[in-house]
Amino acid sequence: MSIRHGLLALLERGPRYGSQLRTEFESRTGSTWPLNVGQVYTTLSRLERDGLVAQDGEDDAGHALYSITDEGRVELRSWFETPVDRANPPRDELAIKLAMAVGAPGVDIRAVIQSQRGHTLKAMQDYTRLKARALADVPTNRDEVAWLLVVEQLIFQAEAEARWLDHCESRLVRLAEAAATEPAARTGTPAERRSAKAGGAGGARAGTRR
Amino acid sequence: MSSSVPASSTGLSVDAPVLELRALTRTHGSGVAEVHALRGVNLSVHTGELVAVMGPSGSGKSTLLTLAGGLDTASGGEVVIEGQALSSLSRKGLAALRRRSLGYVFQDYNLIPALTAAENIALPRELDGVSVRKARKEAMAALEEMRLTEIADRFPDEMSGGQQQRVAIARALVGDRRLVLADEPTGALDSETGEAVLALLRNRCDQGAAGVMVTHEPRYAAWADRVVFLRDGSIVDQTSSYGGAEALLTAEGAE
Repeated sequence: MSIRHGLLALLERGPRYGSQLRTEFESRTGSTWPLNVGQVYTTLSRLERDGLVAQDGEDDAGHALYSITDEGRVELRSWFETPVDRANPPRDELAIKLAMAVGAPGVDIRAVIQSQRGHTLKAMQDYTRLKARALADVPTNRDEVAWLLVVEQLIFQAEAEARWLDHCESRLVRLAEAAATEPAARTGTPAERRSAKAGGAGGARAGTRR
Repeated sequence: MSSSVPASSTGLSVDAPVLELRALTRTHGSGVAEVHALRGVNLSVHTGELVAVMGPSGSGKSTLLTLAGGLDTASGGEVVIEGQALSSLSRKGLAALRRRSLGYVFQDYNLIPALTAAENIALPRELDGVSVRKARKEAMAALEEMRLTEIADRFPDEMSGGQQQRVAIARALVGDRRLVLADEPTGALDSETGEAVLALLRNRCDQGAAGVMVTHEPRYAAWADRVVFLRDGSIVDQTSSYGGAEALLTAEGAE
């Protein structure tokens, strides 16, 4: 997550001090990705080192103010104009877990899927509640609109995961059925075929050969 | 918040479920061809609660709903609505209970083609003995809630799929019914209209109804207080969201 560019975007609206940036970042994103003040100052000093922001005096209360430089504006513009890179997807723990569960001894992969599905749905319920609350009054100010977009992103992401889990389950069932019927169809008697089918229907393990 | 349980207006205790399924089973066919559509399902739905039922096709979702709505008869177990066991009712009694207590939203709408939107909604109330004028007034109020007043006098074949679906939902909600059963209520709707329909069901439950909705869309199921997962005729899991959304978001921030 780009804290750097988030801070640049906030600074484009005028000079700000560290904890003010933190508050504004969080109200935009509904505290979904909370920052601590330390992170904000570390990021600011890196931005300053790179010439993207500059210290700009103090406010009346003695807070050190930062403003965006011209170079910072160019960087920010290019951030908005460049798509977020999807070519190197971050490691996904769930995908790795399911990949490892395929054929793992003593692991019921359908139970793994179901337990994740329940958890994902519960997260969606919670996000949906937040969304319903955000929509109770039509969001008008910048922060409310921004937060609505963020919470909807969380819902869409969880939904994609839930759908993928459904898909995994039916894929495994189909593969298990296919694996149970195919070899038997070539070699077995009808009785053997039936028993192979009955044995394969319950577990997903037959889908693990590749 | 919507998870709170409003005081019941039924005179029943708040804790008594509006709908109770007790060890419900449904078997089709017999012998070798016997199919267990539902295998001993227990489920209680209380006032203020919206429950979503999910599961792969053939898992028993629709069977559960038709049994709960008294549209089909269980092979074993019992359906209890507002304290009344459906098996104890005569056909007439069952029809009356269905009209008064229960709104049912069908997947394919089931609107009567020869009646206008307003007449479709008013019909169950008129059958209940409400005067034609009052039933019409209630129907118009239900249409207004759905923002559909402009199609009040249209016939089903003059409406879009989405409009028909919303009329069907208005018909299920009209006249203070305390139990709403909905089979894929968002099936034909675009996502914005689908969401509006869910907000409406949610709202009706918050106001003191109880609802059960079959859906395969996680996004819509997420509007429910509880999601029940069926597989092969049994409940394999369920969620509740009473943990609260703030807890979810702040837990990560607590470091």
